[in-house]
Amino acid sequence: MNISNSTELICFAILSIVVILGSLGVILLRNIVYSAFLLGGVFMAVAGLYLLLNASFVAAAQVLVYVGAVNVLILFAIMLVNKKEELKPIKSLQIRRILSAIVCSGLLLLLIRVDLTTPWDIPGPAAIGEQATERIGEHLFTDYLLPFELASVLLLMAMIGAIVLARRDVLVSDVGTGDSVDQSLIEKSNTPLLIDESSS
Amino acid sequence: MLNNSSVPVPLEAYLVLASLLFCIGVWGLINSRNAVRVLMSIELMLNAVNINLMAFSSYIDGALIRGQVFSVFVITVAAAEAAVGLAILLSLYRNRVTIDMENFNLLRW
Repeated sequence: MNISNSTELICFAILSIVVILGSLGVILLRNIVYSAFLLGGVFMAVAGLYLLLNASFVAAAQVLVYVGAVNVLILFAIMLVNKKEELKPIKSLQIRRILSAIVCSGLLLLLIRVDLTTPWDIPGPAAIGEQATERIGEHLFTDYLLPFELASVLLLMAMIGAIVLARRDVLVSDVGTGDSVDQSLIEKSNTPLLIDESSS
Repeated sequence: MLNNSSVPVPLEAYLVLASLLFCIGVWGLINSRNAVRVLMSIELMLNAVNINLMAFSSYIDGALIRGQVFSVFVITVAAAEAAVGLAILLSLYRNRVTIDMENFNLLRW
């Protein structure tokens, strides 16, 4: 085993450990802010895995979109909804956790079995390596042109939908209590961001 | 580098890593009580799927890297999903003044 192979193996091992431990921390840590930052670390490690797989463009897109946009968006959401609240203890929480862990590990065993027993068709054609970015561009503007345009429409829809949903005063009354919701309030702009807790 | 004898990291290693990440995401999705953490778990699952696509693209479809194109689309859809999901969460928080998932049971019979 020469030096490049062993370097790749060591990089893969380190990145997988970071991914697994980071994702466990994301779902298990009690403080949600730590979870969000660990999620950024997991995204960066996944970008490193993409670099190991000769995909520099997708690695850059992963860093830009996930770490730069999605993670920052999650941090903003945590900041906006950050209220210390005492979660009501629910009974049979522990049983629920154990049951779902059993189900998830069953799914994991199933996936690993499929993975290890399927005769994969390798080695495939030789990887094109550094020309991957050009090839992605060719794909996007020839045979994947329709999904590409649909993705732009989807992004526009998501942007408008997020703006409409996160406006200050689309709904001012609790949907649970059955109070009427005045739809003309959609255009009003100077009500407080959070509803008044003393009146509710 | 992709001769079968000299591949340092086999394809199966990437797939096992992706399935581990996916199952961790599923567990977090089921068991989180904070709604923001549910969205984080969904992002973890999407990343697991992306690792799968990239591994197949590099090992099996090395000449036409269609898996990488699909990964770009998945990243796009994930960004849109995160934006809309967090906006829904924000308006939900304004109505209910809580983000505990146990309180969002209006449609449960």
